[in-house]
Amino acid sequence: MDADQIRRAVKRISHEIVERNRGVKGLVVVGIRRRGVYLAQRIAEYMEKIEGARPPVGALDITLYRDDFQVTKNIQTKPVVGTTEIKEDVTDKAIVLVDDVLFTGRTIRAALDELIDFGRPRQIQLAVLVDRGHREFPIKADYVGRNLPTSENELVEVKLIELDGRDEVILGEMEE
Amino acid sequence: MSGLRSKHLLGLEGMTAEEINLILDTAASFKEISERPVKKVPALRGKTVVNLFFEVSTRTRASFELAEKRLSADTVNISKAGSSVAKGESLRDTAENLQAMKIDVIVIRHGSAGAPHFLASILDASIVNAGDGSHEHPTQGLLDMFTLREKLGGIEGKRVTIIGDIAHSRVARSNIFGLVTLGAHVTVCGPPTMIPPRIEELGVRVETDLNRAIGEADAVNVLRIQLERQKVNLFPSLAEYAVVYGINRERLAAMKPGSIVMHPGPINRGVEITQEVADGDRAVILEQVTNGVAVRMAVLYLLCEGGSKDKSPSIEDVVGEKSDSRVN
Repeated sequence: MDADQIRRAVKRISHEIVERNRGVKGLVVVGIRRRGVYLAQRIAEYMEKIEGARPPVGALDITLYRDDFQVTKNIQTKPVVGTTEIKEDVTDKAIVLVDDVLFTGRTIRAALDELIDFGRPRQIQLAVLVDRGHREFPIKADYVGRNLPTSENELVEVKLIELDGRDEVILGEMEE
Repeated sequence: MSGLRSKHLLGLEGMTAEEINLILDTAASFKEISERPVKKVPALRGKTVVNLFFEVSTRTRASFELAEKRLSADTVNISKAGSSVAKGESLRDTAENLQAMKIDVIVIRHGSAGAPHFLASILDASIVNAGDGSHEHPTQGLLDMFTLREKLGGIEGKRVTIIGDIAHSRVARSNIFGLVTLGAHVTVCGPPTMIPPRIEELGVRVETDLNRAIGEADAVNVLRIQLERQKVNLFPSLAEYAVVYGINRERLAAMKPGSIVMHPGPINRGVEITQEVADGDRAVILEQVTNGVAVRMAVLYLLCEGGSKDKSPSIEDVVGEKSDSRVN
């Protein structure tokens, strides 16, 4: 996907969220660190343009909720613990969880666990830029930018201007 | 990010700036967890931590226990009174029995310098030093640096003055090792009987005149006068100490604007610090306590999940040739 395709996809997702939730009232958009947060901010901006009101944006760092500590114990690139910022009370809100790539579903499982520790949301919806398949959990996205059929040893890399200087989705081979 | 090199936290001596900054950065992320409605994350689920306290403690012990619980670790608390230590069981036997119960981490406070290093040499568990004699108290040093970084915006180039019984203070030693590594200018100040000889070799400046020592400081760290550690009288009276080395309103007024006053607790009100200063807006004493939980969470997390699982060092490895630590 190039920059224009990403822009259109994020814009369409924003429209779909507004349509399905009949506005932005009672909505909180929560991005999963790191790239999900930037996508969440973009979605909130589009929603403001569409509806004239901007929903609150939160950030979730799921490092401490991961289930693969034991697996990755000896890998040198340990994930750095980031900060979770959920300023809103999530109880009775509709949460739109945002991430860049939906793959096994394990990240979303961790994010759901963490989110529920902040209160009892009325509903949690999931928006992703790319759904690449190969789910290991019963998790499904409500809003998808692009369905990208991949094989398991392929690598989907999302680049965003805020972090990488350009908007791009790259499909590559995993290094053995 | 390569994590910590050791699976133990025995002291700040010998740690690199990168390692110290990793702990402080991780602590910054952990601080938010204590503000949540559910103050708990599952990071250390299934890990068992033993808090082995051979000396009395309120803050450090409660802080470690809360840090462990907020990371979902299981905790066991053992103190000298009420355990078989009171029946004369040796440290080695106590520790080996605990290890036989399959524990992952021991947090130890002991009156003898080197006790945590000894445990590290005989056990597979990660050892965290919660204060060993007059040697080190690394998590206190780290929480002081975390507070300094938060309040002053950084540590490199800042002037920090440590006041009090430098010779008997493990808090002072850990602060000195950490602060010098991170590039702060450290001054120590106290009665000459409480300044250890050759302390300058650790990279600090010695000043016996309090007013000169605090005039340029961005922060002063006021140590508690530890009456329980004094076998000989190192100064004539508490009242005289308060007059010559106590931090009071007049001395605070002579300090730089925006400078802060720290104290590791417990406070002897009216001795090393007056009531007014301790409760005033320049004192960050309770914020240090808040930060202590976050720093200890970061240490436990990094040791359990990030520390390289190399084999335990021998006692010679951990003590090496620098076995000059005073044993009380």
